[in-house]
Amino acid sequence: MARIELREVQHSYLDRPSRPEDYALRPLQHVWEDGGAYALLGPSGCGKTTLLNVISGLLRPSEGRVLFDGVDVTELPTARRNIAQVFQFPVIYDTMTVGQNLGFPLRNRRVPEEQVRARVLEIAEMLELTAVLDRPARNLPADAKQKISLGRGLVRPDVAAILFDEPLTVIDPNLKWQLRRKLKEIHQRYRPTMVYVTHDQNEALTLADQVVVMYEGQVLQLGSPEELFENPRHTFVGWFIGSPGMNLLPCRPEGEGVVVEGRIIPLPPARVAALPQASGRLELGIRPEYLQVHPVPAPARVEAQVVGTQDLGDFALVDLQLGAQRMKAKVPEGQPLPSERAWLAFPPEASKLYADSRLVTGS
Amino acid sequence: MEKTYNNRAWLLVIPVFVIVAFSAIIPLMTVVNYSVQDIFGPGQRFFVGAEWYKETLRDPRLHGAFLRQIAFSLTILAIEVPLGIAIALALPTRGWGVSASLVLLALPLLIPWNVVGTIWQIFARADIGLGGRLLAELGVDYNYARDPIDAWITVVVMDVWHWTPLVVLLCYSGLRAIPPAFYQAAQVDGASSWAVFRYIQLPKLTGVLTIAVLLRFMDSFLIYTEPFVLTGGGPGNATTFLSQFLATAAVGRFDLGPAAAFSIIYFLFILLFSWLFYTAIMRIQTGER
Repeated sequence: MARIELREVQHSYLDRPSRPEDYALRPLQHVWEDGGAYALLGPSGCGKTTLLNVISGLLRPSEGRVLFDGVDVTELPTARRNIAQVFQFPVIYDTMTVGQNLGFPLRNRRVPEEQVRARVLEIAEMLELTAVLDRPARNLPADAKQKISLGRGLVRPDVAAILFDEPLTVIDPNLKWQLRRKLKEIHQRYRPTMVYVTHDQNEALTLADQVVVMYEGQVLQLGSPEELFENPRHTFVGWFIGSPGMNLLPCRPEGEGVVVEGRIIPLPPARVAALPQASGRLELGIRPEYLQVHPVPAPARVEAQVVGTQDLGDFALVDLQLGAQRMKAKVPEGQPLPSERAWLAFPPEASKLYADSRLVTGS
Repeated sequence: MEKTYNNRAWLLVIPVFVIVAFSAIIPLMTVVNYSVQDIFGPGQRFFVGAEWYKETLRDPRLHGAFLRQIAFSLTILAIEVPLGIAIALALPTRGWGVSASLVLLALPLLIPWNVVGTIWQIFARADIGLGGRLLAELGVDYNYARDPIDAWITVVVMDVWHWTPLVVLLCYSGLRAIPPAFYQAAQVDGASSWAVFRYIQLPKLTGVLTIAVLLRFMDSFLIYTEPFVLTGGGPGNATTFLSQFLATAAVGRFDLGPAAAFSIIYFLFILLFSWLFYTAIMRIQTGER
C-alpha cells in the first residue's frame, strides 16, 4: 500500500507536441492517499487510461515525476513498481489452470511454493473460485475470467496499489452488481490504494470514497460523490454527474441577481458581488432535482413553457422551454404537474454561477 | 417433432453431387479402375484384383522413397516452424519496416515452383553458381550433383527458403492479433520474456501453427517440381521422393497399373496423416490429452 503522488505529470502520444490539445494529459498535480478508494470518472478519450498507465509504469510520461511513498519511481518499469492492474477485457493465461493463473505473479517473483499455494487458496476462497481451481482457465465464462484477472491483482499481499481500467465492461449487469460488491468488500478488508477508472457514474459513486472527474486530459474536480453532486466546480462536472445533468443557462449580472433570457432571477448579493471580478462567459447552473416547478405565478418566479412530461415512477421529468433555453426539472411523485405553463423558482443555495465554465464562489 | 418424409429433397443434393462427381469422384474412380487391371492396349485388359497393390507395397524402391519422404517432411517441419516463429517474433511491429519486411518475405512465395528449382539449380552450382562458388572458395567440397548429402542439404535449404515465409506470415498475423492488454498484464505480473512467449504468444499461436504445420506437411509430402528441376531425384535415388517415384513409374516406365495402385495408397496415406495431425493438435488445443 502506498501514497501515490503525481508531480506536474503530462503526456503526449505525439513526437513533437506543440499545442495543449496535443497532450492526452495536461499538467497534472495529484495525490492518491494510502488506502483510499478512488474513482477516475470521465468520458471516453479524456485521458483516464493514460493516467492509469502512467501510474502503473506501462507508459512513461513525457514530463513530470511519479512518486510512491515519496520515492521517485518514474524510471522504474512496471514489474518493479509492485502495482496490480486489471484491464477492461479479462486477461488470462490460456494454457494454465485457474490456480496457476492466480499464482503466476507470485511464482514470477520467486515466492516460496507453500506461500504461493496458501495465498492462492485464500484469494480463490474470497473470489468464490475454489470449485474451479484445477480447471483450465480458458473455458470459463467472462465474469469468472475477470475474477481471475482481479485475483492476480490481489494475490500479492504487498502491492502498492490496485488499478482498475473499466473492469466490468464485459460483465452481465446482474453479475456486475455482485462483482462491484465484492470489490467494495475487498477494499474494506485489505485497504489497498484503489484507483478505479470508469465512465459509468453509478459505478464511480458506489465504489469510491473520492471521485476524480477528468475531462480533456485535466482533473476538473476531486471530491466525495456528494460534493460532486451538490457543488460541481466546473460545468462539465455538473453536466456529467447526475441524471439528467445540470441545467446550464447563459446569463448576465444585473442588480440583485442575474438575467436569463430577459428575466431576472434573484441571487444572494455576495455571489452577485463576486461576479464583476469573474470575467468571461457567465452561466447559471441548477440541478433538475432543485429546480422548483409551480403551477401558479408568484414574485421571483419565472414563467416557462412546458414542452413535455415523462413519468418515471417515483418522479416525473418535466421538459421546459425558457426563452431559447431548454431545461429539465425532476418533480417528486405526488406533486402537481404543470400542464402548459409553469412558474420556476431558483433556490439561491442550489443556483450556481459559472464564469468560463468555472464555479464563481461567493467570498 | 414429427419428421416429414419427402424424397424430393434428394433433388436439392444433385447439383453438389454432380460437381463433386466431376471434380473428384470420376477422376479418382478412373485411377481405381487402372489400379485393378492390367492394360496392354485398347480392348486388351485383364482384371488382376489386388495384384498391383501387393506388388507396389512390396517394392523396396518404394520403401526407400517413402522413408526419404518422411525424413524430408519431418526435417523441413522441424526447421521451418521454429524458424518461422523466431522470424515473426523479430519482425518490426510498426513503421515502414513492417511493409518492407513483409514484402521481402513474401517474395519467395510468389515465384513459380519450377523457377525456384531453376534458381537454386544455378545458385548452388559449384562452377558458375554464386552460392556454390562461394562455398568452393571457402574450401568446402560441395557438389549437389555428385554427393547425396550435399543434394539433400540443397533440397532442404531450398524448401526452407521457399516456404518459411509462409509460416512467418501466418505467425506474424497471429502475433498481431494478441491484444496489447495481454502484454501489459504480463508486465504487471512480472513475467520474463520467456514466460511471455511460453504463456501468451505460443498459446495464442496454436491456431495458426496448426494451419502452418498441416499445410507444410501436406505440401512437402507432395513435393515434386523443385527437386525434379534441381536434382531430378539424384544423385542415384538420394532425393527421389514419393511424387518423383510415381512420375517415374507412370510417365517414365508407363506402368499404369502399379502407378495407379500407388496413387491410391499415396492419397489414403496423406488423408490419414493429415487427419492424425489435425486431431492431435485439436486435442492439445482443447486441453484433453
